[in-house]
Amino acid sequence: MIEIRALTKSFTLYNQGGAEIPVLAGAALHVAPGECVALTGASGSGKSTLMRMIWGNYLLASGSIRVGDLELAEAEPRQIIALRRRTLGYVSQFLRVVPRVPTHEVVAEPLRVLGVSAPESRIRAEAMLARLNLPRGLWGLSPTTFSGGEQQRVNIARGFVHPYAALLLDEPTASLDAKNREVVLALIEEAKARGAAILGIFHDEAARARVADRELDVTSFTPRQA
Amino acid sequence: MMGKLETMTAAVDAPLLAVDGLTKMYGARVGCTDVSFNLWPGEVLGIVGESGSGKSTLLSCLAGHLAADAGRVVFATRDGPRDLRALSEPDRRRLGRTDLAYVHQNPRDGLRMGVSAGGNVGERLMAVGARHYGSIRDAALDWLGRVEIDEGRIDDRPSAFSGGMQQRLQIARSLVMAPRLVFMDEPTGGLDVSVQARLLDLLRGLVREMGLSAVIVTHDLAVVRLLADRLMVMKGGQVVEQGLTDQVLDDPQHAYTQLLVSSVLQV
Repeated sequence: MIEIRALTKSFTLYNQGGAEIPVLAGAALHVAPGECVALTGASGSGKSTLMRMIWGNYLLASGSIRVGDLELAEAEPRQIIALRRRTLGYVSQFLRVVPRVPTHEVVAEPLRVLGVSAPESRIRAEAMLARLNLPRGLWGLSPTTFSGGEQQRVNIARGFVHPYAALLLDEPTASLDAKNREVVLALIEEAKARGAAILGIFHDEAARARVADRELDVTSFTPRQA
Repeated sequence: MMGKLETMTAAVDAPLLAVDGLTKMYGARVGCTDVSFNLWPGEVLGIVGESGSGKSTLLSCLAGHLAADAGRVVFATRDGPRDLRALSEPDRRRLGRTDLAYVHQNPRDGLRMGVSAGGNVGERLMAVGARHYGSIRDAALDWLGRVEIDEGRIDDRPSAFSGGMQQRLQIARSLVMAPRLVFMDEPTGGLDVSVQARLLDLLRGLVREMGLSAVIVTHDLAVVRLLADRLMVMKGGQVVEQGLTDQVLDDPQHAYTQLLVSSVLQV
């Protein structure tokens, strides 16, 4: 479902004397449907960079990234937009929303853009918020003022409200208490059971051991600094 | 660069707007030069750049408010693709009443200040032949509701409205005809931050529900991040970079875009 070959990435910082920073070289991986692969490696080794390249907000320098039928190296923006709507979900560590939009609408939005009706989207969004134990009193408020753990649960609800065939999870359990961590791990297991291909970053070793089928150390893709 | 899949899908669905080599000079000075892009149905394209970068000139040329010197602006009309630059004035005006809309930065430029709020919305329907007073008033009421203006204000003139309300009224007046393409020039410019957020949410909802395509010119990167699917960065009249909005903002490839992104204050 997710297949990467011979991938390289570097950043050129034009406003800092054109410094060229290589971040990945020769990266390769594949994630099959129903499988969860965990990326490991020290911070700065390129785990999040790799994930953003699959999401499409970082460009690849050379190599290949395929998600489903789409080759990202050649994809038009509108093809990536369609991929994100239907096929590929992403739970990042940041929540970026229009201010003042209520939480239940933020979570329902991925369904609304797919054409699901407003009432059904709302029911499914609220079911997900309830499952993640977000207090009902918060559903009508904007998540911009929420605590870190609450915002993270909103992000997770958005990522699991539609059954994406491929999922990118960047530290999905990082700031959660034991009860909600358990809910998230169960959601991941259910997604695997229905055939989703999942690529995750988990600093939480017990969580990683429970949901990941394989680990991949990104350090092997880190270019040697010249 | 077209992949195989792209060539195949292009055969079944066509861009709503295909711009090729659009150029506008002000004497020897460049307004915008050699601008090319495709806009697909349902897509929102953001255009950013500093003052004088040519983004407003480009928007005016696209909308036909300014005559370009060269290039093509092909719009998929209901009767097939037509170059807007080659259209007769009556045909262009007809298209402007049905398929194309323009939202000005200053609502006073897009509203008739001496006409009631309801009249501002309703006269667009009358321009295409609606005659039944009751149904025109009902449509106006419906649209005032959609842009969150209290129906009790329908007979008030826009001069009695706040800036944010005027802007929402202008949007109602622009969208009542269910256009297929909307041009917006700094639609949230000049508004308080809290009013901006509400307007952004409103625009997002309308774009989604009506399947609208839009070209939005702004200098506000936060606005394009939340509203635009794709982004075009202009400098000195030229497009220096374009792509998926979050890709251009998170991994800018051009020196100028990097400068622009790194200059934004974080709150």
